[in-house]
Amino acid sequence: MIAGMEGLLTHYTYIVTIFLMVSGLFVVIARGNMVKKLVGLGCFQTSVYLLYIGPAKILGGTAPILAPEYSVYSNPLPHVLILTAIVVGVATLALGLALTVRINEAYGTIEEDEIFARDMVEHANSEESAS
Amino acid sequence: MSAAPGFELGHHLPALQVVVPLIGAVICAMLRNGTLAWGWALIVSVLTAAISTMLFVAVQAGGTISYGLGGWAPPYGIEYRVDLLSAFILLIVSWAGAIIMVYARQSVMHEIDAGKRAWYYCMYLLCLTGLLGIAITGDAFNAFVFMEVSSLSMYTLIAMGKNRRALLSSYQYLIMGTIGATFYVIGVGILFTLTGSLNFVDIAERLVTMQMERPAIAAITFLTVGISLKLALFPLHSWLPNAYAYAPSVTTSFLAGTATKVAIYLLMRIFFSTFGEAKVFEILPTTTILVLLSVSAMIGASLVAVFQDDVKRVLAYSSVAQVGYITLGIALANDLGLTSALVHIFNHALMKTALFLAVGAVFLRIGSVRLHDLDGIGPKMPVTMAAFALAGFALIGTPGTAGFVSKYYLAAAVIDKGWWGLVFVIAASSLIAVFYVGRLLEAIWFRAPGALAQKASDPPLSMLLPIVGLSLAVIWFGVDTRLTVDVAHNIATMLLGGVK
Repeated sequence: MIAGMEGLLTHYTYIVTIFLMVSGLFVVIARGNMVKKLVGLGCFQTSVYLLYIGPAKILGGTAPILAPEYSVYSNPLPHVLILTAIVVGVATLALGLALTVRINEAYGTIEEDEIFARDMVEHANSEESAS
Repeated sequence: MSAAPGFELGHHLPALQVVVPLIGAVICAMLRNGTLAWGWALIVSVLTAAISTMLFVAVQAGGTISYGLGGWAPPYGIEYRVDLLSAFILLIVSWAGAIIMVYARQSVMHEIDAGKRAWYYCMYLLCLTGLLGIAITGDAFNAFVFMEVSSLSMYTLIAMGKNRRALLSSYQYLIMGTIGATFYVIGVGILFTLTGSLNFVDIAERLVTMQMERPAIAAITFLTVGISLKLALFPLHSWLPNAYAYAPSVTTSFLAGTATKVAIYLLMRIFFSTFGEAKVFEILPTTTILVLLSVSAMIGASLVAVFQDDVKRVLAYSSVAQVGYITLGIALANDLGLTSALVHIFNHALMKTALFLAVGAVFLRIGSVRLHDLDGIGPKMPVTMAAFALAGFALIGTPGTAGFVSKYYLAAAVIDKGWWGLVFVIAASSLIAVFYVGRLLEAIWFRAPGALAQKASDPPLSMLLPIVGLSLAVIWFGVDTRLTVDVAHNIATMLLGGVK
């Protein structure tokens, strides 16, 4: 029991990461508001940054610049990877928000169920005019 | 690549494969004028296709090409690794890109506003860059970046559709696609913490000595689910029908011909050349899961296709079903199964592109793709609709067409495994295909033309040529299988030769 607790405490970064991951994904699935969905998606993507960076940090390690005083360095590669992933995340968020703006212009709402309702009405009208 | 005396262009083909369309896209955006941008994009995409052909020939003659980007030797730098599988996929994607580009001018003039045409071509080339990048890179994280380059530009290409539902489809695809890509990157992260490498070959070498313990199983699960979202495996396909239906015609053809195929390539790369089939298929219940999902796709999605009243949606659901054939081939994990999967990647790209291009021509003429608007359109646009019929027959799997070749090998693979029940599933799925293709052909050829269909005629030559060319190729590759089957067989042998 004590060992289990200790394991949890020393691995707290994983717990935070997984909490963010699951809550982000939950928001994406459970919310119908398009901006809220994007917030959830952002949260989900951010958790991955932690997943990479957490293990890369070495306690007591310094920035990876060679100097005679230091012998322990953090791994720079995950940081660089995540820098790229952040850029990708920002681009995705920007595109998602741009689409949301356009959807709001076209439909007058950004709630998914209302949009579906309006499309159903439009569909029914076009069926009537066709027949 | 180090210490190459002098600069020789031939050595840098792998880099050029990606750099040419990338720079081309930037220049395209600066051109601003639609026609000018189209001309430029055509030059770039034909050049890209030529490079992929040269790479394919070089790989067939001299084996795998490894290219250290920026002169950094793998596994420290990013490696571009062109083996026969990569070269095959590059060939499909880049030629699809070039052929659709010939067609694009008239269709884009009709469907995209004048001010946005240059941007459209810019996004098209960026998407091409991303797809080619996934196929050529030997680095797992680099593949993620290219995946996002292609996906983000694809969302834009879809959102440019005239119908306001295009925006909604694009948004839904963005959400699903990003979840998929993030799952992939979680999988790569776990693999990286486990092995300390991002290079596929290097990871494979380090995994050999490891047991399939929990982190490795978690990694492959995340990777498989993430990529399955991208390739629209059966229960994860919900983004696909709307995206195909409301996107501009050129986007739909390009998306159908390339995007899912590249995702399937990535899945094969992970399964066979990173983990190795012994780990994926013998320790984990991958076979059972994949076979069940593939069979559901082949039957379920085909059935749904029968009841659609929009031609693009019929073909979209049929795509989900066809992906099922390919994943079934992968799930069998034997020589014939992989051969059939690879052959079907090629053949399906061929026939679906032809079908969607023909539907795009109909949209150009009558502004609708609803089935009852297409009544009796066959005699009005005979060449286009004859090509549509040919590609449709191939989709069913009529002997003498490309579709038959892949189904024949798939059936042979199933029998080789001794799973006779699946032969009936393949037959049943083909039978359902007879219904949904037959329903389209019946309406197109044998009904009295409606008001819209009356004024239809064959599209301009620049659109007609790609349609006719592709549908003739469907027949050609149904008879001459040297390019498809022989190459696919060599690739299958290479993949099953496993992780060295």
